[in-house]
Amino acid sequence: MAESVTTVFERPRSLKPVVSHFCAGCHHGTIHRLVADALDQLGLQDQTIGIASVGCSVLLYEYFDIDVVEAPHGRAPAVATGVKRVHPHSTVFTYQGDGDLAAIGTAEIIHAANRGEQITVIFVNNTTYGMTGGQMAPTTLPQQVTTTTPFGRQIETDGNPIRMAELLALLDGTSYSARVSVDGPKRVAQAARAVQKAFEIQKNRGGFAFVEVLAACPTNWGLSVIEANERVSQEMMSYFPLGTYKDLTVSATGA
Amino acid sequence: MSNRLFVKGNEAVCMGAIAAGCRHYFGYPITPQNEIPEFMSRELPGAGGVFLQAESEVAAINMVLGASAAGARVMTSSSGPGISLKAEGISFMAGSELPAVIVNMMRGGPGLGGIDASQADYFQAVKGCGHGGYRLIVLAPYSVQELYDLAMTAFDLADRYLLPVMILGDAMIGQMKESLIPRSYDPPTDLPEKSWAVTGKQGRAQGNTVKSLYLADGALEAHNWKLHGRYQQIQQQQVRCETLGLEDAELLITAFGSAARIAKTAVEMARQSGLKVGMIRPITLFPFPEKIYRQATERCRRILCVELNNGQMVEDVRLSVDRQAEVRFYGRPGGTGSMPTPEELFKQLQKHYKD
Repeated sequence: MAESVTTVFERPRSLKPVVSHFCAGCHHGTIHRLVADALDQLGLQDQTIGIASVGCSVLLYEYFDIDVVEAPHGRAPAVATGVKRVHPHSTVFTYQGDGDLAAIGTAEIIHAANRGEQITVIFVNNTTYGMTGGQMAPTTLPQQVTTTTPFGRQIETDGNPIRMAELLALLDGTSYSARVSVDGPKRVAQAARAVQKAFEIQKNRGGFAFVEVLAACPTNWGLSVIEANERVSQEMMSYFPLGTYKDLTVSATGA
Repeated sequence: MSNRLFVKGNEAVCMGAIAAGCRHYFGYPITPQNEIPEFMSRELPGAGGVFLQAESEVAAINMVLGASAAGARVMTSSSGPGISLKAEGISFMAGSELPAVIVNMMRGGPGLGGIDASQADYFQAVKGCGHGGYRLIVLAPYSVQELYDLAMTAFDLADRYLLPVMILGDAMIGQMKESLIPRSYDPPTDLPEKSWAVTGKQGRAQGNTVKSLYLADGALEAHNWKLHGRYQQIQQQQVRCETLGLEDAELLITAFGSAARIAKTAVEMARQSGLKVGMIRPITLFPFPEKIYRQATERCRRILCVELNNGQMVEDVRLSVDRQAEVRFYGRPGGTGSMPTPEELFKQLQKHYKD
């Protein structure tokens, strides 16, 4: 009878069997899983080097069963460039939050993309600085209350939220730029396809691939897990529309 | 003698680096070191290497961090303002135990300052330009030949002790042309394997992690004691210094790099006029040749420190002699027209010899 038992769901090999430090309802765990699934499915685990950034995702090396370099705040695309230029046949990805990628690391991400570095970038946008306790991020929405915008983000004085997927799509070096979310099963499946594509492009030496993932931070938003998940679709998506903003693999094949 | 070349210091340091197996360079233009990225951009692609002009000094040092973590011999170069920007990455590399060679062709400061020869960055190089209390090995060449030779040494030291090594020169050392004999590189046979490098697991049971964050109870303290132990080992094993006339000197002069070059001529002038003057030229600024100062001042009780700044290395000289000798200072803090002549230093020697 044993042959009738089929495994339909298991832990990805690229993730270690450990408990994460992430808060209840945080989407980092889901996004980690999507990255690990992509590495497993493409057979890349043994040749992959992850670049951890500063923020809640800094402990990447505790969770991924791969080689990892920890980068200074915002510098992951530069560190990834150095690694990839030494090992051009390896798979190199950065995993960065919004403060890391879209504020302090703006120069590094723009120029890595513009050079067409053969790397994959996973960008987690949860509109706040999670690890430091919920301060304003470059992606914080207008009127959103954070610990450094106690009266809500004022566009006149605090500036506008920045849309990275659209911005990077404008650069000639970018091959793929998409925004996805993981707030429901259907969207998780769509996100999984985008992440996988971003690694496939690198595997085929197809250029710079970028996936922005809208994510919930219930702890710093002061919302329940359910409410935080709802905020992603009800508030974030109107400012940060989901979609594929550039995909050179499509135009290249004429599809 | 057919292999004698006539090259700039900035070219010599590149030639030494490439001879020592450096195939990766990441940098950003700044005077007075622009011949370094220019040379590397010409030579590295043909040598099977990578030259990349980064968008900033900040990005350049982090590319160096990545390439070093990946196991490569890698170099960057800059001048004071750019080294300030690199400070974050240098600290992360020190914390992550990553080898690399960083060239600083100093210019006068603070701020934008000027591009003439200056030794304004002694503190920055030797006392740690970034956060967290780390050390770099700092090498101070005073000729084109020594720049070439020390570039090779720098890569070996970085790989042996797992830390960035800084080569500290200035516009005089970097820009002047001198003859160079490009000796071949003789790699040490006892350098540790880079088994820590990230390559992809490639069948390893455990992933390699290169990091400087230590959160577990006691982990950071243990890490810092480990780094400290390595710095002590460096102080015991790697002091490099040139001395002249210590056996009968009544007055010592001490200087490093370009200032030492001028001082050496002044010492020759003093000796020709009958003054018993000796000289100590540190080649390693960290580790500082403390014992050599201490021993030399057991019999010679006066030492004149000359620098192209307002007094930086002199603090380490004072600490080294520990009040056993009288330490005097003469400095010119950089800028166009402020380079002391040998005659000027000779006059200083005459003055301090007498009183």
